[in-house]
Amino acid sequence: MRGWTFLLLAVLVAGAVYAAAAAVNNGYVFFAGYVVLQYVVLATAWNLLGGYTGYVNFGVAGFFALAAYGTVAIEKLAPLPLPAVILAGGAISGLLGLGMGYLTLRLRGVFFSIATLAMAVVAQTFVVNWNFVGGSAGAFVIRPQFTAWFHIDYIHYLFLLMLVLCVIVLATARLIERSRLGDGFAAIRDDELAAEAAGVPTLRLKLIATALSGAFMGMAGAPLPYYVTYLDPPSAFSLSYAVNTIAMPLIGGTAAWPGPLIGALLLATLQQLVTVTISSAVNLLIVGLMLVGFIIIAPRGIIGWFGIGEGKLRRRKRR
Amino acid sequence: MTPPLLDVAGLGKRFGGFVALEAIDLQVASGERVGLIGPNGSGKSTLVNCLSGTLRNETGQVRFAGQRLDGMAAHQRTRLGLARSFQLPRPFRSLTVAENLQIPIEYVVHARGEGRVDVPARCAELLDLVGLAGRGEELPTGLTQVEMRKLELARAMAAEPRLLIADEAMAGLSHQEVDDILALLLALNDRGVTIIMIEHIMRAVMGFSQRLVVLVAGRKIADGDPEEVIRNPEVERAYLGE
Repeated sequence: MRGWTFLLLAVLVAGAVYAAAAAVNNGYVFFAGYVVLQYVVLATAWNLLGGYTGYVNFGVAGFFALAAYGTVAIEKLAPLPLPAVILAGGAISGLLGLGMGYLTLRLRGVFFSIATLAMAVVAQTFVVNWNFVGGSAGAFVIRPQFTAWFHIDYIHYLFLLMLVLCVIVLATARLIERSRLGDGFAAIRDDELAAEAAGVPTLRLKLIATALSGAFMGMAGAPLPYYVTYLDPPSAFSLSYAVNTIAMPLIGGTAAWPGPLIGALLLATLQQLVTVTISSAVNLLIVGLMLVGFIIIAPRGIIGWFGIGEGKLRRRKRR
Repeated sequence: MTPPLLDVAGLGKRFGGFVALEAIDLQVASGERVGLIGPNGSGKSTLVNCLSGTLRNETGQVRFAGQRLDGMAAHQRTRLGLARSFQLPRPFRSLTVAENLQIPIEYVVHARGEGRVDVPARCAELLDLVGLAGRGEELPTGLTQVEMRKLELARAMAAEPRLLIADEAMAGLSHQEVDDILALLLALNDRGVTIIMIEHIMRAVMGFSQRLVVLVAGRKIADGDPEEVIRNPEVERAYLGE
């Protein structure tokens, strides 16, 4: 399937999802659906670095929350239309990703992961001490009831924007997989030293991956203040964002774009169902149990059952 | 006189207080077949790593095709035409055999901007050259040890190098397998590729090398005609003891 065909199909599916949510005519569907879609973006963004190049980022909450706080700052300084705020959030976290990539160039494996976790802690400390955005007390953001144009319910609007982000991030992930960049990422993941010897500019590619992955996580985080209306550091920088975001591609499969999508849809939907039927406290337990279960029954994730992502270019027309 | 393809002058490398290489001088002419030998720990692999850019040399300089390589990243050296194979095969395990070759074609040959090659045809040609014809769709994990070494050489060749450094491409192979790899390296040299072969198997070294260089404890102790070098008393002492 060509890129444009895929994009068109993804837009049609997104349109159908929106229409279906609207047809249910229940505000909660949009409210819960937003979280599921947010995790689709986060998991796919994480996978750009973690799945494709093999660098496991535990600092998801740092990228996500810093962009959310960027939104708070923009709201206080000079309110902008939400799509522009999302782009700004992407820029903030993209730059953070670039900086993190540059500072952790020599770190691999668990050392890289610990450094990313430390980055999230540093970002949280920075926000806690930044009184302009509420500091440790948190910040309130007033969510308009309707959009200025077309008079759409604001939660519906947030859902729609997250749906658009899903289409963009999935199309990007798929494009990367099928490009020279994706081949280079795969080579880095398999053996960085051999990749460099085979002519792959590993440093440049890693920086592209950290910046892109960070930017999309930031875009997922930027609308958060409008969704929660009260943002405080402990919940914005919660480790559960990292745990969920890493578990989703692992459950779905990291080798190709459908993996994080399936993992996020499955896990986040289950968590939303459990939140309303039992308690949100059970959410992390579910992640733990599913992770253990899937590592045993599907070590390469759900897509591994169908052989997707093995010999990643094998079924692709060679250039 | 034409300048050498590879010109190493006064190259030195330390690991903390340990001197791994000391004032190494080495010139390799275009099209030459050079054998590099030395006991374990003599600095052969460190030299390869310094030449290919995996390690940075602290002193001395390396020139390749008239260009200074010092400070240049490994992938840039590969693009200039200096390729290496690894002592232990390091295939890209999640990619098929053909895809392993596709990486250097995409990142080296196409990046040189001298026109694009037909990737499937080039992969098939390389696989045929190393005796892996028809195996392109398999994953490297299904290959035998000797096949992995052939893939390692094919991947280095896919970058269309002018100089290939083969780091112990024959270690651990049977008699017949050594002959296979030796024939392969000679065939590559016939195609105009300059080759530095690092090897412990003396039969292969003597059958291959037009010139032999000996490293001992990080120093070059001999460089010349293979027959003369192996009779050099200092070389005998290094290998056989006092």
